[in-house]
Amino acid sequence: MGNQQPPRRLLRFSPAAGIASLIRKYGGEWWILTAGALIIVFIVFMTAFPRVFTRYSPLDQEAGGQMTAPSRAHIMGTDNLSRDVWARVVYGAQTILGVALAAALMSALIGIPLGLLSGFAGGIFDRILSLVMDSVYSFPGLILAIAFAAMLGPGVINITLAVAVVYIPTYFRLVRGQTLSIKEEVYVEAARAIGARRPTILSRYVFPNVIATVVVIFSLNIADAIMTEAALSYIGLGLPAGIPDWGMDLSMGKKFLPSGMWWMITFPGLMIMLLALGFTMLGEGLAEVLNPRLLEK
Amino acid sequence: MRHLLSYVITRLVLAVPMVFILLTLVFVVLRVMPGDPVGAMLGGHAPQKVIDQKKEELGLNKPITVQYVEYLGQLLRLDLGESMIFKQKVSQPIVEKLPATIELTLAGLLVSLGIGVPLGAYAAQRRRTGRDYAARLYANIAYCIPVFWMGLMFQLIFGVWLGWFPIAGRTGARVDVSLFSRTGFYLFDTLRAGNIGAFVDVLWHLVLPAVTLGVVLSGIFVRLTRANMLDVLKSDYILAARARGIPERRVVYSHGLRNALIPVVTMLGLQFSLLLAGAILTESTFSWPGMGRLLLERIYLRDYPVIQGVIIVYTLFVSVVSLLVDLLYAAIDPRVKY
Amino acid sequence: MQSTSETILRVNDLTIQYPISIGIVRAVEGVSFTLADGEALGLVGESGCGKSTLGLSLLKLLRPPGRVTGGSILYRGTDILGLDGRALLAMRGRSISMIFQNPLTSLNPLFTVERHFLETIHFHDPSRSRGKALAATGKMLATLGIEEKRLREYPHQLSGGMRQRIMIGLALIMNPDILIADEPTTSLDVIVEAGFTELLANLRKVYKLSIILITHNLGLVAEIADRIAVMYGGKIMEIGSAQDIFARPMHPYTQGLIDCVPNIRLDQKELVTMPGSPPDLVSPPVGCRFAPRCPKVMPVCTERIPGLLEHAPEHSAACWLYERHG
Repeated sequence: MGNQQPPRRLLRFSPAAGIASLIRKYGGEWWILTAGALIIVFIVFMTAFPRVFTRYSPLDQEAGGQMTAPSRAHIMGTDNLSRDVWARVVYGAQTILGVALAAALMSALIGIPLGLLSGFAGGIFDRILSLVMDSVYSFPGLILAIAFAAMLGPGVINITLAVAVVYIPTYFRLVRGQTLSIKEEVYVEAARAIGARRPTILSRYVFPNVIATVVVIFSLNIADAIMTEAALSYIGLGLPAGIPDWGMDLSMGKKFLPSGMWWMITFPGLMIMLLALGFTMLGEGLAEVLNPRLLEK
Repeated sequence: MRHLLSYVITRLVLAVPMVFILLTLVFVVLRVMPGDPVGAMLGGHAPQKVIDQKKEELGLNKPITVQYVEYLGQLLRLDLGESMIFKQKVSQPIVEKLPATIELTLAGLLVSLGIGVPLGAYAAQRRRTGRDYAARLYANIAYCIPVFWMGLMFQLIFGVWLGWFPIAGRTGARVDVSLFSRTGFYLFDTLRAGNIGAFVDVLWHLVLPAVTLGVVLSGIFVRLTRANMLDVLKSDYILAARARGIPERRVVYSHGLRNALIPVVTMLGLQFSLLLAGAILTESTFSWPGMGRLLLERIYLRDYPVIQGVIIVYTLFVSVVSLLVDLLYAAIDPRVKY
Repeated sequence: MQSTSETILRVNDLTIQYPISIGIVRAVEGVSFTLADGEALGLVGESGCGKSTLGLSLLKLLRPPGRVTGGSILYRGTDILGLDGRALLAMRGRSISMIFQNPLTSLNPLFTVERHFLETIHFHDPSRSRGKALAATGKMLATLGIEEKRLREYPHQLSGGMRQRIMIGLALIMNPDILIADEPTTSLDVIVEAGFTELLANLRKVYKLSIILITHNLGLVAEIADRIAVMYGGKIMEIGSAQDIFARPMHPYTQGLIDCVPNIRLDQKELVTMPGSPPDLVSPPVGCRFAPRCPKVMPVCTERIPGLLEHAPEHSAACWLYERHG
């Protein structure tokens, strides 16, 4: 004989239970997404409202003493031209974020249509373009950017172009791949049921996936672009001296490293890392949430 | 063995179009781009006549297609031209500095694999625990650290504050390189010459730059290894091995890791590109006399033939490594048909 | 049949659960059965009834989050669930072995056939020399009907049937008492399947094996098994000799399973199916788990669980049709 207890009722569906189960389901991934988003929001805020964060100008060469260590008045110290380091950090955010965003947009705006075109057109055109893109993709991105920047010369637009070029193949490959699989589906569909609702299939199943992928890649792309821009200005190929830039500050502060003046290089570098980390975490978090199998590379 | 040879040849033949495209790309970037390099080189205020004369000297006033053909012809003859600034063939400084870069890059690769693979395997075993998340966090952070900043921080902490390692160059000031330098690979040369003191000195100089490069790139290997391990550990043959009473450790490493590493090997080629890029920045930070620093120097001096030469060498380097990686993959995976 | 010979495996009231996001899955609940020396027991049921989970737990191969939450598995008197470390490793592959559903992926693609065998032998008997180990392997291959040259080949170079035989060989190389076969022929074609049954019968004699055959294939079970246990929803519904189960099935589910097998001699117009779907193992129905689908359901079936009782000699069923329910 067996007398079974009536089964315990599961949690009734409530918003709290819903969120709780979401967190349990995605666990760490939600933390990553949130953390990344927070960092970005903070820095964007800093970009938009620099005066909230500092009253000094990054170009003011009489902000304080020359090369003073961090103190109450200057929380990140001053550099060799007596400029407030924290001010340079705050305003530098505008530069790096601006260039990175613009470059990423440019890459996407060129790479995505090319990928679509190549995927749809097929044939020799596709093969040649794919070959070109694959070659560029396999080439060290930074070297490509250096070559471009060296040839184009300094300037905000030039450096944006240089950074943008590196990532075009990424979008191209991504979109082309998706396009190819759409193509297959559409033709199979057409063969099977003439007049079937192609637009519905496309819009309901395929495009959301493509968009999700593009968004994730875009976020990671910005992170990469940040690193590339910083690298370019570090080696002196970037921007004219007037514009505050984290990479450039690093290369300037480098000279005073042997004397132990650590604040000029520690803080700008930390900010580069933080900003890149923010976008990376956002991208990864989004990937896990939108489609856990996305980044299986 | 005949099959292997045909595979190698096939692979070589496939590589040619890519190399060709890249070399063309280099040409396009360096010659066709807007901007007047010659004018810039001559100081920006030189009279037009002088600029034109210089251009003719360098052959830059011919039509682009002619220049392109000449360019290809030169390359086929393995002639990289001559420096515009110094009295030397382009190949000379390149041959001098290439070993330094290779030494640094290889050391960096070893460090990044040495950190990345074990950490990734470890994380896969302890999936969804705190340690797993810690390892993944490390991977994320490592990837986002600018390599040059890491270098500067290491210099600061381990060089200036703690004084444990030197922060610049390949050898100390008192070491006479000409005593042992043969191949340019100092680690090898010093051992060959039996000069242990110099060997230690060279090694010590290599530590900080190699670790810098290695740590930043280890993140990628952590993620890759972990992902592959997770996949592999779900396999049927892993379960079957456990069912036969094979100890867990052996199952994970001998059965699991070995299979998981195959995709890592195929990725090595791509990672090598990142290594080279990182090496340029590392060389700049540590004043390491390699190709990266040469490139940056000559960019500053606007010595275009050398710039072109260096980039071409990088291109070939990447292609060769990619080919080698493919061959390595064929060698270790018995399923690859050749 | 061999009811007088020694019982070498006794499973008592085994319960296995694993937590998922919406609750706890009761994969196996209060399962008990015995295996006699030299006997072949068939464990039959549809997908999801818990038989594979049960099989894994017999070698303590269940991975978290799945856990055994109650009961015991006694092999010659020792509780397997209490084993750890070296004792556990020694038991696996040597006392009890298991072969799995998919021979195509059950072999390490990077290991040669030889290496698979040598490794297994080495870890169970480190003192054996390589020469002796190779000799034993060679003998095993001969029994399996595989040429010796295959030793140096890799799995992808072998056919599915060959890989299946290699798997069996690896399971039997240390001469275990019990072989557990989890869906051994499901991914093979019928011709290879026929070869398998023949091979298994042969090996059983040569190595004096006891077998637990886990499958949903009634035909396979009819050929090999001496006794059959029918599982449904994580519990055993009926257990008895193969003849009794097929000739005189007691439980409606068993009857349903038998009916479902198309008979080539009957003039069937439609395939017989069982309506409904397997029970939700997170919140199973109150009472008998088969009640929602049972053609002979009675009110008491949805209120209380019937016990697995011996209603005929050596033939038990858990059904209110036979049990008094006053």
